[in-house]
Amino acid sequence: MRIFRSQPALVPALLLVPGLAWLGSFYLAPNLQMFASSFWSGTLEGGFTFSVANWVNYPNALGTYGEQYVRSIQYGFAATLLCFAIAFPLAYYIAFKAGRARSILLFLVVAPFFTSYLLRTIGWRTILGDESIVLGPLKALGLIAADARILDTPFSVVAGIAYNFIPFMILPIYVSLEKIDRRLLEAAQDLYASSWGAFRRITLPLAIPGIFAGSLLTFIPAIGDFINAELLGNPDTAMIGNVIQRQFLVVRDYPTAAALSFMLMVLILAGVTLYGRLLGTEELTSKAI
Amino acid sequence: MSIAQRLFAALGTRILTVYAALALVYLLLPIFMVALFSFNDPVGRSNYSWAAFTFDNWLTLFRDPTLVAAVGTSLRIALVSTVIATSIGTLMAMALVRYQFRFRKAIDLFVFLPLATPEIVLGASLLTLFVTLQIPLGELTLILAHVMFNVSYVVVTMKARLSGFDMRLEEAAADLGATPWQTFWKVTFPLILPGIAASAVLAFGLSLDDFVITRFNAGQVQTFPVYIYLKVQKGIPPQVNAFATLFFVATVSLVAIGALLQRRRANLKP
Repeated sequence: MRIFRSQPALVPALLLVPGLAWLGSFYLAPNLQMFASSFWSGTLEGGFTFSVANWVNYPNALGTYGEQYVRSIQYGFAATLLCFAIAFPLAYYIAFKAGRARSILLFLVVAPFFTSYLLRTIGWRTILGDESIVLGPLKALGLIAADARILDTPFSVVAGIAYNFIPFMILPIYVSLEKIDRRLLEAAQDLYASSWGAFRRITLPLAIPGIFAGSLLTFIPAIGDFINAELLGNPDTAMIGNVIQRQFLVVRDYPTAAALSFMLMVLILAGVTLYGRLLGTEELTSKAI
Repeated sequence: MSIAQRLFAALGTRILTVYAALALVYLLLPIFMVALFSFNDPVGRSNYSWAAFTFDNWLTLFRDPTLVAAVGTSLRIALVSTVIATSIGTLMAMALVRYQFRFRKAIDLFVFLPLATPEIVLGASLLTLFVTLQIPLGELTLILAHVMFNVSYVVVTMKARLSGFDMRLEEAAADLGATPWQTFWKVTFPLILPGIAASAVLAFGLSLDDFVITRFNAGQVQTFPVYIYLKVQKGIPPQVNAFATLFFVATVSLVAIGALLQRRRANLKP
């Protein structure tokens, strides 16, 4: 053990090597390969050739699938907003009002992760179906038209995406709320702040890092999702994820698909970098699961 | 506070409670539907609308050999990838929490990046790598992929657990003459074991349920989620719901037992 003490940098290096090697080989290298593949031309059968001149893959892909790209960003935005509206009050309740039930409630928040993602999404088909427990009674009472539907509309896609990723919004907000020093709120009360004033001037500003982290962690998987658009939508709600998976797995046009995925990757890296510059990476990388 | 303010505050708390309860219903309703429809006796092939109550699906759990094989494949991949990811992830977390060294922040961010990358990009980029290197797609490529995304989850979970670790306990052991090896196995390891167990359960669950990355790198191999996906058009047999419910109950029981054991141990301490 003396050898470790004389060279303290050796221990962390040894501990890090297996993990870094794995992530280097199966995260970093694939992304570099994908970038290279976006400059390919050719077909899977005839072989691909790399050429810088194939940068036109990018404008071509955007020209053909720009619509799906814009739609993904819109749906991602809408789903993130919906998540926030549902998550913030719940996170606030768990952090400030739940008392001893706190750990059970936190467990219930992550419970959806323990059932099949596909089956849960299909579960929404049953819940939102045309004669379901949601629409059935409303139709019977004549509150909505008999042919009104939620399923296979942009609304059901956005609601499905929001549902799938909402724990990523709740947990970081909860972590930032839970960290707030309660004495600050007492001090505000002693100084005659109304409860709304204390919320607006203490709680909310201190929750900002959690809110931003949650929004980023929801928005990122949301814009890349294709399951909800496929299972809860119609052909006109196709997102960029649907295009990428079709190009890779059905059409096998790897260059176009690689260009589309790489642009998605750049968009996300830009988001993470911007967040890091503004608020530091501490909240983002230490989210509680 | 005036009476009006007090009334307003009480009303606010009431509204907040109702809202939180509704949000939880929203989170849990689809899980309930999955379990409920494992007791459905569907008319025709699709299991979307309620017909009649039955125990049949549970009694015929193993009827479709393709489904049973898919479940077996999923469990195998989950087990292997969990063991690898939990081991190397725990080592990484120890380095990141307990040592100061150059590039620590950069490595921290690098480990986090796979969590911030959409699954479709992870899956698609791995596919381009495997195709370029001409590695045949199958169980091996799936294990490589599952370990990759699980390592980051394990590191993040373990970091949170390790940062609360009381380093004075190790110093005390050393002062009392324990060798570093003894200190690790008699003091450090038992204390971080609950964190390791929690990370392993998480990794196992994530691997078992992964669809997107698996879809890209599975080749002809069918895992449980891939089986479900391929059955969506033709109708998902209700036995699938039974299996999913079984997994859910098993995971929840594991987590609950873990929490109880930890509480008991905490109570035993003076």
